[in-house]
Amino acid sequence: MDANAIYVLWLRDLKRFVRARSRIIGMLMMPIIFLLGLGLGLGSLIHIPGTTGSYFDFIVPGIIGMTLLFTSIFTGSNVLWDRQFGFLKEILVTPNSRASIVLGRILGGGTTAVLQSILVIAIALLLGFQISLTGYTILAVVFMALVAGTFIGLGLTLGSLINDFQGFQLVTSFFTMPLFFLSDSIFPATVLPKAVQYIIYINPLTYGVDGLRNALTGTGTFSIWIDLLAMVVSTAVMFAIATYAFSKTQSG
Amino acid sequence: MNTVVVKKIAKDFGKFRAVDKISFNVKEGEVFGLLGPNGAGKTTTIKMLTTLLQPTQGGATVAGFDINKDQNDVRKNIGIVFQDPSLDEDLTGMENLQFHAILYKIGKEKREKKIAEVLKLVELEDKADVLVRYYSGGMKRRLEIGRGLIHEPKILFLDEPTVGLDPQTRRHIWDYIKKLAALGNTTLILTTHYIEEADYLCNRVAFVDHGKLVALDTPEALKNKLGGDVVSVQLGRGIDILQKRLKSLKWIKTLAKHEDFLDLTVNEGEKRIPEIIMLAEKYGAAISSVGLHKPSLEDVFIHYTGKTIREEEGSAMDSMRQRRTAWRR
Repeated sequence: MDANAIYVLWLRDLKRFVRARSRIIGMLMMPIIFLLGLGLGLGSLIHIPGTTGSYFDFIVPGIIGMTLLFTSIFTGSNVLWDRQFGFLKEILVTPNSRASIVLGRILGGGTTAVLQSILVIAIALLLGFQISLTGYTILAVVFMALVAGTFIGLGLTLGSLINDFQGFQLVTSFFTMPLFFLSDSIFPATVLPKAVQYIIYINPLTYGVDGLRNALTGTGTFSIWIDLLAMVVSTAVMFAIATYAFSKTQSG
Repeated sequence: MNTVVVKKIAKDFGKFRAVDKISFNVKEGEVFGLLGPNGAGKTTTIKMLTTLLQPTQGGATVAGFDINKDQNDVRKNIGIVFQDPSLDEDLTGMENLQFHAILYKIGKEKREKKIAEVLKLVELEDKADVLVRYYSGGMKRRLEIGRGLIHEPKILFLDEPTVGLDPQTRRHIWDYIKKLAALGNTTLILTTHYIEEADYLCNRVAFVDHGKLVALDTPEALKNKLGGDVVSVQLGRGIDILQKRLKSLKWIKTLAKHEDFLDLTVNEGEKRIPEIIMLAEKYGAAISSVGLHKPSLEDVFIHYTGKTIREEEGSAMDSMRQRRTAWRR
C-alpha cells in the first residue's frame, strides 16, 4: 500500500467536491424531494404495522442509503472522466500499486458521500426527523462509510470495465433501481413475498440501511452487529473486485 | 552507456501487428527520436517502454530495469509527456504539480524546490494558481513537460510533444527541450511525425514505418547516406517506363517513386537536369515539373519507405483511429 497515493487521491476528490458547489446542490435535490414527497407527503398516510414511530422516521435512513448509493456509483464514472481527459494515464504510470489507487478513490469518494449524507440528515432534522441518541448513534457514520465503500467499489468496477458514458449510464441505472427498491429502504422486507425477500436479504444496502436505522432510531430488523458484519464483508469483497477490475483497465 | 535497450519488441492488437520486432538502443544523455507517420507504431512502442502496455513479444530494459518484470522500478525512473493532455483540469497548475510530486513520494521541502524550478523552466510561475481549464494548449503542454521533470527522471519520454500547437508555441517547446538536453541530466526520447522537429532536436533518429524500424542514425549521417542532391521529377505520364530506363544509369545513385514523382539522387543535380529532360522525351514520358533540392531527412525517409510522411497521414489506419476516438467521446 502506498500511503502517498491514497492521500493524494483522497485530497483530490475533496478539493473537487468543495469546488463543485453546483453539483452538491444538484445531488441534494433528489433526497430533498424524496424526504418531502415520500417521507412527509405520502408517509403521512402510511403506518408500518408493528412499529410505534412515524413513517418519516422509518424512511429517512432509507433516503440516506439512497443518497449514498447514487453518489457512490456515480463516483465510478470518475474513472471514465479521467480516462477521457487522460489523467488516468498520469496516475497509472506512477510507481504506486493499483490497490492503493482504488483505496484512495474509495476513501475520497466515501468522504464526500458521507459529507453529503450528513447534509441530508441535517435537512431531515429540520423537517422533524427524530434521532434517538444512544451510544450507537456514532456508528451511523461507520455505516454511511461502509455503504459508500461498497457501492464506490461497484461503481469503480463498472467504470473500469465500461469505456463509454452511455453504456455506463445504462448499466448503472440497471443496478441502482433494483438495489434501491429491493432493499428495505422504503418499506420493510416482510411485506413482500418470500421469494423477493431472499433477494432483499442478499442486497448489501438492506444491511446498510438497517444499520443506519438501528444507529439513528434504535429500531431495526437485524441486530446492529449483524448489519455491521455484513457491511464490512461487502465492502471488503467489493474493494477486492474493484482492485482486480481496475488493474485490468487500459488507459485508453 | 545504453540506458534503454530494446530487444525485438512486438505488439499485436488482435490480428493487427502495430509494432513488429523493433530493436534499438538509446545512449545516456542523448536526444533520441522515433520518426514516422501516424499509425506507424511510435506511440505503441512508447507505451510499452513506459509499462502502459504489455508487449506481445520481446522486451526491453529501461534505466536497467526489465519492462516486463520490474515495472515499478521502471516507473520510478521515467517521466512521460503524453500525446494527449493528461492534466486534471479542475485543479490548478500548482496542484497538478504537487499531486504529481506526492505520487512520486517526494518530501515537502524538495517538492517545493523542484516545483519552483520547473515552473521557472517552463515559464508558468505567474499562472501556477490558475485552474488548468483556463490554460491555453501551449501552456498545458508546458505544464506537462514541467510535471514530467519534477521527480528527476533518468529518462523523459515525449510523445508528439508539439502536435496540434501553433508554430510559435512549437518553437517555444523546442527551446525548452533544447534547454533540457543541454542540462544533460535527462535522456530524452521523443516521437514525432514532424521531420524538422526530429532534425532540429535529435542526436539520433530512428525511422519507423508500419511497425518496423527502417533506419537509425544521426540526422547528418542519414542525409549523407543519400550521397548527393535530389532531383524530383513530376510526370504527367510514362513514369514507369522512365523509372525502368533510369534504373540502369550509373550516375543515378538512388531512384524512388512516390505518387507521380520520381526522386533521383545525383551529384551536381543542376547539371543533370537537362539530361533527365532529354531522356524523358526520348522515352515518351511527359514531365510536368522538375525540382532540385539538397537532401533533407524527408528525402531519407522517402528513400527508405518509398513515400513521404505526409502521404501516410490520411491512411486507413489513421482514419480508423480517429473514428475510434470520436466514438469514445
